[in-house]
Amino acid sequence: MTDASKTKKGLNRRGLLKGAAGSLGLAAGSGVITGFPYVISAEPKVLRYLGTAVNEGDDIAKKCFADTGIKLEYITATTDDVTKRVVTQPNSFDVLDTEYFSLKKLVPSGNIQGLSAKKIKEFNNITPVFTKGQLPNGKKIGDQGTAPWKVLYLEGAGSKVFSKTATDFVTLIPTVYNADTLGIRPDLIKRPINSWAELLNPEFKGKASILNIPSIGIMDAAMVVEATGQHKYADKGNMTKAEIDLTMKILTEAKKAGQFRAFWKDFNESVNLMASGETVIQSMWSPAVTKVRSQGIACTFQPLKEGYRSWASGFCVSKGVTGQKLDWAYEFVNWFLSGWAGAYLNRQGYYSAVLSTAKANMAADEWAYWMEGKPAIKDIKAPDGSLLEKAGAVRDGGSYDDRMGNVACWNAVMDENDYMVRKWNEFIAA
Amino acid sequence: MMLVFGLFFLLPLVLVVIVSAWDYNEYEMLPGFSFRGYTDTFEGCLSDWPNICTIFKTYLKTLKLCFITWVLTLGIGFTLAYFLAFHVRSITWQITLSLICTIPFWTSNVIRMIAWIPLLGRNGVVNQGLMSIGAIHEPLEWLLFSEFAVILAFVHLFTFFMVVPIFNSMIRIDRSLIEAATDAGASSWQTLINVIIPLAKPGIVIGSIFVITIVMGDFVTIGVMGGQQIASAGKIIETRLNALQFPAAAANAVILLGATIMIIMGLSRLVDIRKEL
Repeated sequence: MTDASKTKKGLNRRGLLKGAAGSLGLAAGSGVITGFPYVISAEPKVLRYLGTAVNEGDDIAKKCFADTGIKLEYITATTDDVTKRVVTQPNSFDVLDTEYFSLKKLVPSGNIQGLSAKKIKEFNNITPVFTKGQLPNGKKIGDQGTAPWKVLYLEGAGSKVFSKTATDFVTLIPTVYNADTLGIRPDLIKRPINSWAELLNPEFKGKASILNIPSIGIMDAAMVVEATGQHKYADKGNMTKAEIDLTMKILTEAKKAGQFRAFWKDFNESVNLMASGETVIQSMWSPAVTKVRSQGIACTFQPLKEGYRSWASGFCVSKGVTGQKLDWAYEFVNWFLSGWAGAYLNRQGYYSAVLSTAKANMAADEWAYWMEGKPAIKDIKAPDGSLLEKAGAVRDGGSYDDRMGNVACWNAVMDENDYMVRKWNEFIAA
Repeated sequence: MMLVFGLFFLLPLVLVVIVSAWDYNEYEMLPGFSFRGYTDTFEGCLSDWPNICTIFKTYLKTLKLCFITWVLTLGIGFTLAYFLAFHVRSITWQITLSLICTIPFWTSNVIRMIAWIPLLGRNGVVNQGLMSIGAIHEPLEWLLFSEFAVILAFVHLFTFFMVVPIFNSMIRIDRSLIEAATDAGASSWQTLINVIIPLAKPGIVIGSIFVITIVMGDFVTIGVMGGQQIASAGKIIETRLNALQFPAAAANAVILLGATIMIIMGLSRLVDIRKEL
């Protein structure tokens, strides 16, 4: 690579010295200035990939490089910091992997550009969860909060307005999503748990926890408020000021009574709290439950009768990405949806956006365990080969249809976000 | 020198003050004069009187933590520095022992924090130990994720910042002064109160400034050790920043800066630092 570019530059310089034709001189000049090798196709295909750690596996980067020649440079940050970075430093990344609820902040900032549905090979095979808000079998799912289909399309290229109908301009090409619920320690609770109301049950005083992201923490609290019959929200993901006051009051009372052991923000924090027995019931992510379990500690991702709080993420690109880099971005997203990565995510307990291609990349018994809620025929292994579940185990919550079909609300940013943040600070100070 | 100072200190500070008086929406700052960042911060301070509003409650809590940490680090730091300066004779040992004080800084903040759980947690070493000797029957819950835990972590981390300046002041005390005090019939207690403490005052004040400024602005330690449930001035700023409300965060930063400067000014009245240095 280095040698080749040296020779080329040497040739160009000589050409210039000889006073060769003007066009050649121009081409040589530009080659020298940018410092790129003469042959453009030899340029290394690199994409700077900003996101949380959810999809950023080394295995994915390696496989992507092997299949497409695209080298991914991961930039990993927390959910809040990813958003902050997009708004303040849009030129510091190429591909963005983020959640749909962040779009209410990102799209109006004008710092991201959506991708064209036409150039995504598998776009029409994307699960209707994203496009229509229903399961492949046609069952409608909960639409409270920032549900993906509400913010999936833009009115035009570079538009800052969400389109209510399908257009060619997609905000985020869907990749991964899941239905979140409470994680519990069945060995310490020793009785069945089936309602969100248990999160604030005084029985678990000092042993409960929620996520320390205000907009998500308040939704978990809202699930409790509804479960205990104290209030019915029109939209838990978009509360009125009075509803925020009510929810925060209930949270504050619980906090003052010492209900919460700690709030967690980081994946590993949630694993530590649960594994050490500091908490026995808390909002959690699926792979965190798996990680606790892999330490030999009983932990269940408990399905609850009020349903799940769901989230979804996908890809878009920075507004500055054009030309060849944009082509690579499409190539990468198309590769991501082509099956290998989807199967990889499914095996971690997430769900992939294109089910058909992921299925083709998974063994029949793996698919049956993860997606159909059937007992495992063989031992279930994690993507790294370590043992996750012994043969005969059944996935918490059961099948894809049972889990995604019971989604009650989606992670959200409220219209009254500013007010909510102020109330959150008040709650912490109480 | 002035350029570096101006570019990397004054300019950002001025920008923060300017931004604090801007307006904002969900995703961007709106240049244009607005005191919203400030008025929102003091929301309820007049209307809810005599109930204390959020911001005052937060500052009272921060000041309380700050005061307790200051008293403890000063007590422990002064004792350690005294021991190093007057009881350890060889310079090699003085250096070795002061280096040992830096051990808490050898690992990253996050690892340090996580390491407290096996020690202070419900099933941690301390609780297990106390239960096995029969001192308690139920695990002590207040050992972790409490004000106690926050103060413990602060003292553990920041005593070092007291030790170094106080030690530095102490080794510069002319030993003949102490001999003279003893010759004049002063007890060792009287020598400490009337000779050593006044002469170590610059070190005490500098150490205090270090500890107080760090604790006033902290949000990481308070967050992790307090289980994210204890309010602090720094945490308010963090929450605002995470919600992309930069002007509100800047307004809170300006308020925090003002509060800290007042404390420092009070301290520097006790001793003219520039003269002493």
